[in-house]
Amino acid sequence: MNAAAPSRPGRRRFLALAAATLAAPVGAASAAPPLTRRIPSSGEALPIVGLGSWITFNVGQDAQARAQCVHVVRAFFAAGGRMIDSSPMYGSSQPTIGFALAQLGMPAALFSAEKVWTGDAARGPAQIEASRAYWGVPRFDLLQVHNLLAWEQQLPLLLQMKAAGRLRYVGITTSEGRRHAEIERVMRSQPIDFVQLSYNLLDREAEQRLLPLAQERGIAVIVNRPFREGALLRQLAKHPLPGWAAELDCRHWAQVALKFACSHPAVTCAIPATSQVAHLQQNMAAARGPLPDAALRQRMAREVAAL
Amino acid sequence: MRRCASAWRARWLRCDGAAVSEWWTYTPADFLMFAPRIYWRLFETLNRQTWPAALLAPAAGVAWLLWVARDAARPGAGAARLAAVALALAWAAVALGFLLPLLAPIHWLAAYVAPAFGLQAALLVALAAFGGLQATASPRRRQAGLALLVYALLLHPLWPLLEGRPWTQAEAFGLAPDPTALATLGMLLLCRATTASGRVLGRVAWAVPLAWCALSAATLWTMGSAQGWALAAGALLALAAGSRRGL
Repeated sequence: MNAAAPSRPGRRRFLALAAATLAAPVGAASAAPPLTRRIPSSGEALPIVGLGSWITFNVGQDAQARAQCVHVVRAFFAAGGRMIDSSPMYGSSQPTIGFALAQLGMPAALFSAEKVWTGDAARGPAQIEASRAYWGVPRFDLLQVHNLLAWEQQLPLLLQMKAAGRLRYVGITTSEGRRHAEIERVMRSQPIDFVQLSYNLLDREAEQRLLPLAQERGIAVIVNRPFREGALLRQLAKHPLPGWAAELDCRHWAQVALKFACSHPAVTCAIPATSQVAHLQQNMAAARGPLPDAALRQRMAREVAAL
Repeated sequence: MRRCASAWRARWLRCDGAAVSEWWTYTPADFLMFAPRIYWRLFETLNRQTWPAALLAPAAGVAWLLWVARDAARPGAGAARLAAVALALAWAAVALGFLLPLLAPIHWLAAYVAPAFGLQAALLVALAAFGGLQATASPRRRQAGLALLVYALLLHPLWPLLEGRPWTQAEAFGLAPDPTALATLGMLLLCRATTASGRVLGRVAWAVPLAWCALSAATLWTMGSAQGWALAAGALLALAAGSRRGL
């Protein structure tokens, strides 16, 4: 990409905020509240940037790393964040989140997103209860069937929990573009509130069928791997930011990548993971300021693919 | 442990028993579930918790090595048996001191590897008891075995310095799995079993160290550490030197 000579289209032409509504989440300490999107099934507003925990929060008993995670979670809530996502698959991430939440006095703004991940249907309830105990929450806001594992058995359990008031939302997940056909079948046939999938500047397969289907069916979308586990940012770091990045108030490639993912009209939020407060603050800054419109989104994807 | 057992089943098998779908799309990086800095700091914690074992265990290994070197002209059974028992203790110590308390919380596979380490310890004890162990008469095996032992005991702990990490993260024989596995391969090259049961045990005793070297090398490569190449080279050297005539 030639950063020196990008065309500079008018800001009004390319920047759209229409899809995002403004709402101030509980506990927000930043000057401007983050942009939010509504969960279609309830109308509840969620900040467009959440917090993932794959790898970054799997720190075991490492006291120094645990303390660092507490700082990250504190900064997340201070910036108006709400959704934290984890899974039993993520090693010690669940106890780390629980530790951080306890240290912070269980912030009221928390939107807890967890997963059930077992091929043994009978193990589902015990695993969910173990996860809940790790987090220290009375109930989860969202439970998802992780990577569609035994979804035929697990989904009825989650729907039953929701009906009984022991859960607010139900979802399914996939990552890295796997099993999209099966995800589509579930989205068409099951009354789910959320779907979680991989979507970023380079991995755009979801645009073909899943994202339009989510809009059509009123299913909220959580985007995982917005940075391809950091590989995308390492690749982009070799290049200067293009001119249009400034028009989006982006000072880092991470913000460009997040604004791209979150600006798709079907996307509710993205969940980048980090173990550093500075990166967390960069990520949360992407939830503020203008978002690209469809034309600029196309240009962003085209230019990044050409790098 | 039960949680890990469920995780293992879930990771590799679906409830209907079919293999995990689209397995060809997975790479080693998909299975790396912790950050390298967290992995390296495990050794810092291990060394702190067991200090001064990180010095004493390799020192004992070096003392054994000097004994064997002096005894080269007239190989003795005592040194071989002592090495097998000491290595058995080392494998048990790695399982109980590192795999289960430190690695398992961040890597579910460790809980399944730990019993294999226990099995290796039992095999080495059986080898010492029933193998009729003697030092090898093969110069090729002896040279390769000594090279592996020198690397495992003295050179492997220097990797943190080579990679710009604190020396407190050094991986010591008898505490950390990689040098213990390589030292075991070295010992298996230096010794030969003289009984029928010992020859069987001796061949089986190669399996766990080699499997660990493969697993750990893959992990280290995925983390971007050149240490994986040294581990793989050590395992290949042992295989090449030991292939013509086993224990």
